[in-house]
Amino acid sequence: MKGIGSVEPYIEVQKISFLRGHRSIFNDLDLSIPKGKVTAIMGPSGIGKTTLLKLIGGQIKPSSGRVLIDGVDLNTLKRRELFEARAKMGMLFQSGALFSDLSVFENIAFPLRAHTKLPEDMIRDVVLMKLHAVGLRGAWDMMPSELSGGMTRRVALARAIALDPELIMYDEPFAGQDPIAMGVLVQLIRLLNDALGLTSVLVSHDIAEALSICDHAIIIADGRVIGAGSPAELKRNDSPLVKQFVNGLPDGPVPFHYPAGDYRMDLLG
Amino acid sequence: MFSINQGWRYSVLDFIRKTGRTGLDYSSSVGRSGLFLLRAISGLPLSLDGLSLLATQIYKVGVLSLIIIVVSGLFIGMVLGLQGYNILIDYGSEQAVGQMVALTLVRELGPVVTALLFAGRAGSALTAEIGLMKATEQLSSMEMMGVDPLRRVIAPRLWAGFISMPILAIIFSSVGIFGGMLVSVDWLGVFEGAFWSNMQSSVDFSEDILNGLIKAVVFGLVCSWIAVFQGYDLVPTSEGIGIATTKTVVYSSLSVLSLDFLLTAVMFGGI
Repeated sequence: MKGIGSVEPYIEVQKISFLRGHRSIFNDLDLSIPKGKVTAIMGPSGIGKTTLLKLIGGQIKPSSGRVLIDGVDLNTLKRRELFEARAKMGMLFQSGALFSDLSVFENIAFPLRAHTKLPEDMIRDVVLMKLHAVGLRGAWDMMPSELSGGMTRRVALARAIALDPELIMYDEPFAGQDPIAMGVLVQLIRLLNDALGLTSVLVSHDIAEALSICDHAIIIADGRVIGAGSPAELKRNDSPLVKQFVNGLPDGPVPFHYPAGDYRMDLLG
Repeated sequence: MFSINQGWRYSVLDFIRKTGRTGLDYSSSVGRSGLFLLRAISGLPLSLDGLSLLATQIYKVGVLSLIIIVVSGLFIGMVLGLQGYNILIDYGSEQAVGQMVALTLVRELGPVVTALLFAGRAGSALTAEIGLMKATEQLSSMEMMGVDPLRRVIAPRLWAGFISMPILAIIFSSVGIFGGMLVSVDWLGVFEGAFWSNMQSSVDFSEDILNGLIKAVVFGLVCSWIAVFQGYDLVPTSEGIGIATTKTVVYSSLSVLSLDFLLTAVMFGGI
C-alpha cells in the first residue's frame, strides 16, 4: 500500500465490499493500517467510517473480501474465539457507551472481571491506575449519568485500555467536545499510543485535530480510498477531491447541492 | 411522470415486489429469532456471577410485577365470585361457586391474564431496556470487549421471565380464589364449608393445576422470548424503540390468546 513505507501492517482490509440494504457502502476497498502508529481514517459524513470500524472489529461481516488483524481473519473464527480475539482490541464509541447501571469503577472493572481471574484488590489497583491515566481517579464512584460529555469519553477510554489491548479504535473521538476536552483527548490518544505501544485507528472528520496527531492518514470517499499517506503528504496531494476535503472547501468534486432537477423549472413549474 | 397505463403497471409490480419483500423479511426474522432463542437459552452462565445476574433479573421481572398481579388477581376473583353467584343462584346451586371460581382461574384466567399483564408490565420494560442499551451502543461495546451480550444481557432476562411467569400465575390464581371467597362467602353468604369442599372435590391436580401450569410455562417462554428478541433486533432509534415496545405487547397478547386456544383444545378438548 502506498504511504505506509516499511512499517509492517497490523490491519489489512482486502477487497471489502459491503451493502446496506441496496446501497453499496464499500466497493472493493483496500487499505492497510501500520503497526504501532496512529492512523486517521477521514472522509465526508455518511461514507461508512463507523461501518469500517465495525468490519475491523468483526461486528458485521462484509459481503465479500476479508479483513486481517495481525494476520487473522476474524470472520473465520467461531463465536467464542471471536470474543476472545476481541479482548486484544479496545474501542471508544462515539457516545462513550458506558453501562448506565454500573458506576465508573465497575464500568472499568467490567472487562477485567470478564477476562481475568484477578483478585479484587488487584482489580481495584488496575482500575485506579487506568482512571489516573485519563485524569479521573477522583470520579471513580460517580454514575455515568453524572459525568459530562468529555468525562464520559475519558472514562470510556480508560475502559477501552483496561485489558492493555494491542489495537484501539476511536469512533469520532472529537465530535461534540469543547476545546479543552478536545485538547485533552488529542493529547491522551497520542500519549497512550506511544506509552502503551498500541496501534491506534481513529475515524474522524475533524481534519485539523486528526491530522495534528496522526502518523498516517487515509481519506475515503465514494466507497474507496482517494488518498493515503502522512499528513504532510496529504497536504501536498494534487487530487481535487483530497484538496477539497483537507482544506474544507464547501464546493468542489463533492458538490454543495444534493442532485436535483433544474432550479428554474422547480420554481416556475 | 408515468402515463396512466404505465402507472397502473408500476403499482402492480410494486405491490408484488413489496409483498415478496415483506415475506422474505418475515421469514428471515422468524429464522433469526429461532437461532437467537437457542443461543440465549443455552447461554446462561452457570457460575456464581451468572446466578447473581439471574437473581437480579428475577427481582426486576418477577418481584416488581407482583403488585399488578396481586391486585388484578384479587379483583378478577371477586368479579368471578359475584357473577358466578348471580348465575348459579338461579339454579339453586350457589354452593358450587367455589368450584367455578377455582376452575376458571386455574385452567384459564390465571395463566392467560397473568401472561397478558406480564407482557404489558415486564415484557415492554425488557424490550425498552434492551433497546436502549442497543441504541446507546452498550451492546456493541460489550461485544467489542469480548463479552457476549447474548450470555450477559439476554440469557438472564429470558430465563428470569421463564421462571417468574409460572410463579406469578400461581400467585394470581391463589389471590383470585381468595377474592372469590371474600365476595361469595363473606359478603353474599355462601356456606364456607361448601365453598371449599366443592372446590376440593372438583379440582384435579394433574388435569387442572398441572395443565394450567404447563400453559403458564409456555406463555412465560413465549412472552419473554418475544420481549428480548424485539429489544435485541430493533432499529436503534427512539422511534424504533417505540415500535418494538408496541410490537412486544401486541405479539405477546396475540400469541398468548391463540396458543391458549390450541393448548386448551389439546388438554381439555378431547383431541
